Amino acid sequence: MRLILTVNGADHAVDLDPRTTLLDALRHDLDLTGTKKGCDHGQCGACTVLVNGQRINACLALAVMHDGDEITTVEGLGEVDHLSPLQSAFLTHDGFQCGFCTPGQLVSATAMLTELHDGWASHVTENLTETLTAQPTSRAEIAERMSGNLCRCACYPGIVAAIEEVVVRSRADREAAE
Amino acid sequence: MRPFDYRRAGDVAQATAAAGDATAAYIAGGTNIIDLMKLEVSTPARLVDISRLPLHRITQTQDGGLRIGAMVSNSAVAADMAVRQRYPLLARAILAGASGQIRNKATVGGNLLQRTRCAWFQDISAACNKREPGAGCAAKDGPNRMNAILGVSGHCIAAHPSDMAVALRALDAQIEVTAADGATRLVAMDDFYRLPGDAPHLETCLAEGDLVTSVILPPPTAETQIYRKIRDRASYAFALVSVAAALRMQDGRIAAVRLAFGGVAPRPWNDPAVEQLLIGQPPSKDLFVHAGEALVAPAIGHGGNDFKITMVQRLLAAVLREASE
Repeated sequence: MRLILTVNGADHAVDLDPRTTLLDALRHDLDLTGTKKGCDHGQCGACTVLVNGQRINACLALAVMHDGDEITTVEGLGEVDHLSPLQSAFLTHDGFQCGFCTPGQLVSATAMLTELHDGWASHVTENLTETLTAQPTSRAEIAERMSGNLCRCACYPGIVAAIEEVVVRSRADREAAE
Repeated sequence: MRPFDYRRAGDVAQATAAAGDATAAYIAGGTNIIDLMKLEVSTPARLVDISRLPLHRITQTQDGGLRIGAMVSNSAVAADMAVRQRYPLLARAILAGASGQIRNKATVGGNLLQRTRCAWFQDISAACNKREPGAGCAAKDGPNRMNAILGVSGHCIAAHPSDMAVALRALDAQIEVTAADGATRLVAMDDFYRLPGDAPHLETCLAEGDLVTSVILPPPTAETQIYRKIRDRASYAFALVSVAAALRMQDGRIAAVRLAFGGVAPRPWNDPAVEQLLIGQPPSKDLFVHAGEALVAPAIGHGGNDFKITMVQRLLAAVLREASE
């Protein structure tokens, strides 16, 4: 099937077997190998990408179903000399060891910040109806919201600390701007 | 994955027309069916993409309830302020399930129709009556920690995996279904799922081509709504046991209560006799113990899941205590 995949702002015309997952299309057809194939069953989060700004598992998505959607992969988050705030914070806090899960962690955390900003609640949020943006974001909140991303090196303390730093900083920036 | 013909449906009529035979399957979020197709547990010859059907809205109904389109994502339901304020049980159940990524992709309709995570169902080398009628049930003798204790049969002990559906059961939701001929009907949660009996491959009341188009919530009737789930790890795991409760107290007595249970049965479990036993009574430890005993009277364990018989009674007592405080 012919379709257009819009990835990191660029349109790519591809011709794919309908069975091709979005993950395989990104890696094999578009040569964007930053997105990793871990379990290929939606359990590890290594394949996390953004579709229209929301994080999903690319291994549980058929490419043909995302014709025309805006897709963002880890390659679209920052550049080597222009890291995204999360990428810098992962370096500062040693948020990885082998690095295989890191692209998924970064993309997932990027969307998680948007979800926090939009006031989405989580399983550990005490009050469902309070404006969450006004509440401090605990490490428990970050861990719960990142539970779809596994790290076999167990770098969770560094990952959570990195995300926490960006949450605190972006909140301070927002308050300063207001 | 086996080859299939892919079609994207532009409207509901196109969808039901394209899916009107046994070799076709709908795909919406795809988080379950794509996995099952990779495992070759599910081998549809035609996949009908319904993800772009105009069923993405949550709207108020005339009687003060909510209509949730079948294509609304699980995340969007849990984030909706009307749901959070008036049906916190539903938001809580959804947030207790899966991961942020899965909830963004999974739809309300798909969540209802997801398949069991019974390990034997998902392993095509194992005997499974649900996957292959007449093949037998490997779960009865094999590891069966995740399997069901209520509503099971000698042919199948698979548990329904949904958290959301348990909340919908306790909230007395109705499912709106459109048939291939365009006729629309409302199905109560009670009537939506079948018990396995001697035909565990038949899981719902849906006929070929039937499409779930909406979930309709009646106006909430209980002030206290609780969802509690016990699982093997703190997040991103299916329920061993869960309890949904919607309860109203009046003059120190339980005036109304709806209960539903997850992880213990082939469908969101409910027992009207247990509810009747509680109504009109002042809350007490003895009452809650009595309710739990009544709930599990028909329970059957298969070794690995025996612990659920005790666990569900304790969880019910804890939830009732909290809800009636």
